[in-house]
Amino acid sequence: MFDHAQSDRVLEVRGLTKTFKVPANKEGRSQLRALDGIDLDLGRGETLGLVGESGCGKSTLARTLMMLERPDSGTVRWDGADPFVLKGKGLLALRRKVQMVFQDPYASLNSRMTAADIIAEPWRTHRDLFRSKRDRAARVRELLHLVGLRPSDEHRYPQEFSGGQRQRLGIARALALNPSVIICDEPVSALDLSVQAQVLNLLNDLQEQLGISYIFISHDLSVVRHVADRVTVMYLGRIVETGATDDVFDTPAHPYTEALMSAAPKLAAEARASRIILEGEVPSPLNPPSGCRFRTRCRHATEICATSTPPAVIGAGGTSHIAECYHPRGAVDLGVPALAG
Amino acid sequence: MSIDAIPHTDDRVAELEFVADATNPPVAPPRNKVPLWRMLLRDRLATIAAAILVLVLLVAIFGPYLVGDAATDQNLDESNLAPFDPANGWMNILGTDPLGRSMLARLVVACRTTLMVALPAVALSCLIGSVVGMWAGYHRGVRETVAMRIADVIMSFPSLLLAVVVLYVFAPSIANIVLILAITRIPVYLRTARAESAELQSRIFVDAARTFGARSGSIIRLHVFPILLPTLLTVATLDFCYVMLAESSLSFLGIGIQPPDISWGLMVSQGRTYLQTAWWLSFFPGLAIVITTVSATVLAAWARIATDPGQRWRLSVKRSARTRLFPSRKVSK
Amino acid sequence: MSAPAISADATATETDRVALDVAGLTVDLRTPSGTVRAVDGVSFTARRGETLALLGESGCGKSMTAQAIVGLLEPIADVTEGEIRLVATDSGAVDLVAASTKTRRALAATELAIVFQDALTALNPVYTVGKQLAEPFRIHRRNSANEARQEAISLMRRVGIPEPESRVDSYPHQFSGGMRQRLLIAMAVALSPSVLLADEPTTALDVTVQAQIMTLLRDLRSERDMAVVLITHDLALVAEEADRVAIMYAGNVVETGPVAEVFADPRHPYTKGLLDSVPVHAERGTDLKSIGGIPPDLHSIPSGCVYQARCPLARDLCREVRPTLEIVADERKSACHFVSEVSGV
Repeated sequence: MFDHAQSDRVLEVRGLTKTFKVPANKEGRSQLRALDGIDLDLGRGETLGLVGESGCGKSTLARTLMMLERPDSGTVRWDGADPFVLKGKGLLALRRKVQMVFQDPYASLNSRMTAADIIAEPWRTHRDLFRSKRDRAARVRELLHLVGLRPSDEHRYPQEFSGGQRQRLGIARALALNPSVIICDEPVSALDLSVQAQVLNLLNDLQEQLGISYIFISHDLSVVRHVADRVTVMYLGRIVETGATDDVFDTPAHPYTEALMSAAPKLAAEARASRIILEGEVPSPLNPPSGCRFRTRCRHATEICATSTPPAVIGAGGTSHIAECYHPRGAVDLGVPALAG
Repeated sequence: MSIDAIPHTDDRVAELEFVADATNPPVAPPRNKVPLWRMLLRDRLATIAAAILVLVLLVAIFGPYLVGDAATDQNLDESNLAPFDPANGWMNILGTDPLGRSMLARLVVACRTTLMVALPAVALSCLIGSVVGMWAGYHRGVRETVAMRIADVIMSFPSLLLAVVVLYVFAPSIANIVLILAITRIPVYLRTARAESAELQSRIFVDAARTFGARSGSIIRLHVFPILLPTLLTVATLDFCYVMLAESSLSFLGIGIQPPDISWGLMVSQGRTYLQTAWWLSFFPGLAIVITTVSATVLAAWARIATDPGQRWRLSVKRSARTRLFPSRKVSK
Repeated sequence: MSAPAISADATATETDRVALDVAGLTVDLRTPSGTVRAVDGVSFTARRGETLALLGESGCGKSMTAQAIVGLLEPIADVTEGEIRLVATDSGAVDLVAASTKTRRALAATELAIVFQDALTALNPVYTVGKQLAEPFRIHRRNSANEARQEAISLMRRVGIPEPESRVDSYPHQFSGGMRQRLLIAMAVALSPSVLLADEPTTALDVTVQAQIMTLLRDLRSERDMAVVLITHDLALVAEEADRVAIMYAGNVVETGPVAEVFADPRHPYTKGLLDSVPVHAERGTDLKSIGGIPPDLHSIPSGCVYQARCPLARDLCREVRPTLEIVADERKSACHFVSEVSGV
């Protein structure tokens, strides 16, 4: 259903690095490397799933892509334009390209503003989008209708809506600036199961009608499997595996991905393989292990894993399925190093 | 493709129409929206407090016109009359002072002066403190540090000493008193506003506003201030008590309100030497101060719970149970 | 006290394995706009060595049921009807609803324990972990401080905290989320209670840590022969970890039974709707089959079946008569007038 061609790239990220200065811990370390050389591509109308556990850097990545943080190095290009070299009006114009839907439908909306105010808020800063108050009011009603809410509810406050309806409101607000990309940060995690399906269906419909690309962050692997065309797995600030969804889920190349897939509880009994229970906890991002970051918890780790960052190898899915590992799992073509991007 | 390109006769949109009805039962009027005044009436103690404060305000506005010159007419024949003696006439029901002036009338006129000092002082300090605090808390970093240190400096001066010095150097007029009281109270609002603003600026809906490219001033006006307002009002109500008492202290020391102006604090001070013989001279103004400050405190405590939608449920619990340690295990079969 | 009659879904031989028997539990909530019924006539049993899952979405009353069982209801909530029979190991059955504070206190941690979702707020930040773990021993077994500390260390080792001797004097904030949850579990199982309630124990944790915690709970359950009541909204978790399930909706139990059977062949439209809306069955790009509507507002629960507004099978009978939990198969119950039509939904 979706076009997998990469020639029409709406987002291109190369070597993105972001370090935070934090109060020094016991060993005197104060540099938190949240992102360490991230490469990413997103095609038009495509959904990229982003999975990873706490401390992997996916929130920092989302915030950097939303231009809420400045990266230390690396480039981000939206249809070829880099926002971090721009200022003022240029930067403002690029902000329209990407918007965000947040996880918490209760915290992401100001409970003292009406639905109409919430949706129209982006236009206060981007005044050139509409000429008159009437145009704005009409568009508010259109957007409410588009996300499946009643336009007559525009004067209600968020607490008068249910959780699922509030999330729809958040989606309407994200659509207000006509973005090409929407970053969905755990958009359904805080919703009831019966409502999750409704919101996922809405996101799907909007993508079909408007051609929006999604970066879909979620910890719920079954949801990611359902919505994403391609999946990227992050661990401690690096991308450890990326590829088409079915490839990554069915034949994971990286041991971490393998453990993640096995750990997720599955509804269907036949889908449950033997459990891989990882030992220990995620190392502190202040002091990541040398070489391959996953080696401290990896069952297949050897001495070479501590030496340097593992090379990119091709996984079972072909050239679009890449993992960083010295001992990749599944059918691998070790001889040909993958090209970045 | 853009949103403009969607024709409304599209099948998909029609499908969405169905979804809208099935997933959107009419958003019922919020059942929990009991109007504030009705919530107030349910709490008897808070209602009494509010009534008293309204009475005080009305007396301050209209009282002096009603009592006329009874507060200033001296009549040495009626000097130091005891209260509650109907033989002396209704104007003297609370007794008279050494110069024969009606206590009741003087209380009424003093009410106006006291409020004329307390209310502007609170308003001024609230305005300056909250604006600076919101700005400092939102931006954090250097701005926050500087603002907090200024607040520290103001707070580290013993306020009464500062007032004494200033009012001794400049004449103690009402305007000067208001000014000095306002300055010493600024840190309270500054710190409150800064703390809330610092917490609010990390909220997700503020982040969302930043993603639109909204500027900080716009965000503060739209998001920070409306949420901060109830807290500010609560703090201001409590601060009002403090300012009233501070003014009383200054007047007691002789550097506050100067005669022939009169305030409750000054009345207490003037009655000091007669405590053995004419106790009512200090008692009634003192009582007025106590009643007003206690009412304001009670109302502020109620308002703090009532204006917070998350805490409102406490008002439906009996007062004694509100702070009970163990939940009641009541089983009524 | 001899064991009183237990509800009918347990066979005679299993009766003595029952550790918790909830019958007709009803909890009312006093809100500023009237009294609402948050839990309505809920009944279920939990057996030793087994995990019973209370499955439902937000507002279904599962957390309030748990709070009622352990006696932690908010001041505005009251238990108005029903019994909660705890079958203790030596002293026989006790009705927790009618029990005195003294009895409840004696049973807390020794027979009945609860693990909460957010370990950071459930642990006191100003006391060391060792002191908090030692608390149950000091209170109930009257151990000395030293003995209790040793017990705490061995508990920490049992739940998988590395180097317990050196970490026993650390504070809760110095542990990671997964470790804190293990500490909570340690505190709960310290005195080997008969019943362990777990209220969304892994919702806030990463998937890999969740797997570790659930494995730990499973091991402890068999080791100490406990009955575990797992309260959650996660169907997949229930499928993997629970033996039996009670599905709740708007304060009522709508279906109970062994997990594998209920999920393979649901006998209530709500259960079927939930199972259908989980993405595992759907194809990418197509819509998920969702349940229309939203859960009812507790202020306006309809007379008749609570699920009628969203049920594709709803008919006049459903609007008039509220279905009761009836036996529909061996060990299975459902509260629906049209059980036979559910599979066609």
